[in-house]
Amino acid sequence: MPAELTRMTAAELSAALATGEVSATEVTQAHLDRIAAVDDRVHAFLHVAADQALEQAATIDTEHRRGTRRSPLAGVPVAVKDVFTTIGLPTTCGSRILEGWHPPYDATITTRLKQAGAIVIGKTNMDEFAMGSSTENSAFGPSHNPWDLDKVPGGSSGGSAAAVAAYEAPLAIGTDTGGSIRQPASVCGIVGTKPTYGGSSRYGVVAFASSLDTPGPFGRTVLDAALLHEAMSGYDPCDSTSIDAPVPPVVAAAREADVSGMRIGVVTELSGEGYQSGVLSRFAEAVELLESLGAKVTEVSCPHFKYALPAYYLIAPSECSSNLARFDAMRYGLRVGDNGDRDAEEVMALTREQGFGAEVKRRIILGTYALSSGYYDAYYGKAQQVRTLIIRDFDAAFGQVDVLVSPSTPTTAFALGERADDPMAMYLADLCTIPSDLAGNAALSVPCGLAPENGLPVGLQVMAPALADDRLYRVAAAAEAAFTGRWGHPLLAEAKGLLS
Amino acid sequence: MPITRDEVAHLARLSRIALSPAELDHLAPQLDQIITAVAQVQEVAAEGIPPTSHATGLTNVFRDDEPYVCLTPKQALDQAPAVEQQRFKVPRILGED
Repeated sequence: MPAELTRMTAAELSAALATGEVSATEVTQAHLDRIAAVDDRVHAFLHVAADQALEQAATIDTEHRRGTRRSPLAGVPVAVKDVFTTIGLPTTCGSRILEGWHPPYDATITTRLKQAGAIVIGKTNMDEFAMGSSTENSAFGPSHNPWDLDKVPGGSSGGSAAAVAAYEAPLAIGTDTGGSIRQPASVCGIVGTKPTYGGSSRYGVVAFASSLDTPGPFGRTVLDAALLHEAMSGYDPCDSTSIDAPVPPVVAAAREADVSGMRIGVVTELSGEGYQSGVLSRFAEAVELLESLGAKVTEVSCPHFKYALPAYYLIAPSECSSNLARFDAMRYGLRVGDNGDRDAEEVMALTREQGFGAEVKRRIILGTYALSSGYYDAYYGKAQQVRTLIIRDFDAAFGQVDVLVSPSTPTTAFALGERADDPMAMYLADLCTIPSDLAGNAALSVPCGLAPENGLPVGLQVMAPALADDRLYRVAAAAEAAFTGRWGHPLLAEAKGLLS
Repeated sequence: MPITRDEVAHLARLSRIALSPAELDHLAPQLDQIITAVAQVQEVAAEGIPPTSHATGLTNVFRDDEPYVCLTPKQALDQAPAVEQQRFKVPRILGED
């Protein structure tokens, strides 16, 4: 029984919990056992919340025995990226500077998960302060891709993606600033969504780039991601950029899974040179599949998308250089070199030198440069103008089609160490995902097969206008159903080694 | 325009990061490469295009000024590196002179 529980989807667990066929305690224990069995190899988790999770599960079981059910996710385990604050659990953001920090408050999304009865099973590994595409920038060592432990699981939410792919949790939450949910979902062969910016609360999410950071769900199926999307989203007065609008009907769209008559645009610019051949062939197949399901496919040009990556690497570092100024060694977190002689500024500089890793330092310095007088107009100012051009490209495209599609990332999972000290090569992993972050619209990644050359998963990215997140699920669920029918099983069933 | 090792050292000081000489040697050429690449934004961002700082279009979001339960002093100070008389204790902030 316990081994099977970890193979069930969140929707299946929800149904079994509702009938009383299984208890929340059994489900939670099964996942804790799975973590104990495989996480020394995957390293998806920075902290496993065994005691808290079992306590929460016992509460849910008591409620279920009394006939109360909080939500469809009551009793379903969720892994939480270590960037969300959690009372009673450390929150490190993968950084030495926050090692041992216990936040005094819960993120709004943590609160919502708990209120929904979801079981917070642990905190997942990530690139330090969400800066990276491989989890290799974690101060606590990288996570490993469950498909091939010598490959990266993507990042920055690589721990969350790896946990779900390795059956350590049916669901996980992450954050997407430049692709940090969709790229790891793609390379781990699971589903991950960046909701519309402002659709999911940033309160209690340690800030990296505030105009871009967007929390979102991971699941092994489109419906599971939709269930978590709905549970975690919605207006939050504690986040001044939260959108006061109803959550789009994502669960209903995932159940409908119908693309007949939908207009789907293939983005011309997100293809060609630099893309792995197996990624392009699987993507082309996915487009043909959608057409065979009744969608009307056209090619759409977004001429400014090629400037999205450079604009992002000015905007995100600029915002990070400002946001990370809060780590000043004064009120919480690490303090280094306070010997009674040094002044506050020296202690601050020594602490930040020891507490931050190489990528975080690179981006703080880059952002400081882009915002400094004399360079502000030439760099940060120009990047903000490019952001406008990208939004205009999307507006024009969504005037012609309902959704846009592209590969989620140009390559399948790369080897650990391969790009670790080549920042520009690492940044290219986010080539396809950055435009939606800059525009603040919605996008997801859904598995569309394995690259023939290496047998690793490829993701299809679907992009929709702001607050039309339901369209993502409609398209992804239709593709998933058709692909699963063709393959005869979910994609993850093809993984070898750890997952078989 | 290339960025020099001295400029990176200056930026690190502004950023309050005490970079070691070895890190400066390593970071300076990487930053130069990154800045050269991101300078592409200058090719297309012509005069007259308005800047976008965030995508929601929201402006001036206010909340009502009402009392609510917030952190207690004990909770707020709980994670401080040093505390004295219910305050954060910090290194001196003024020089000798």
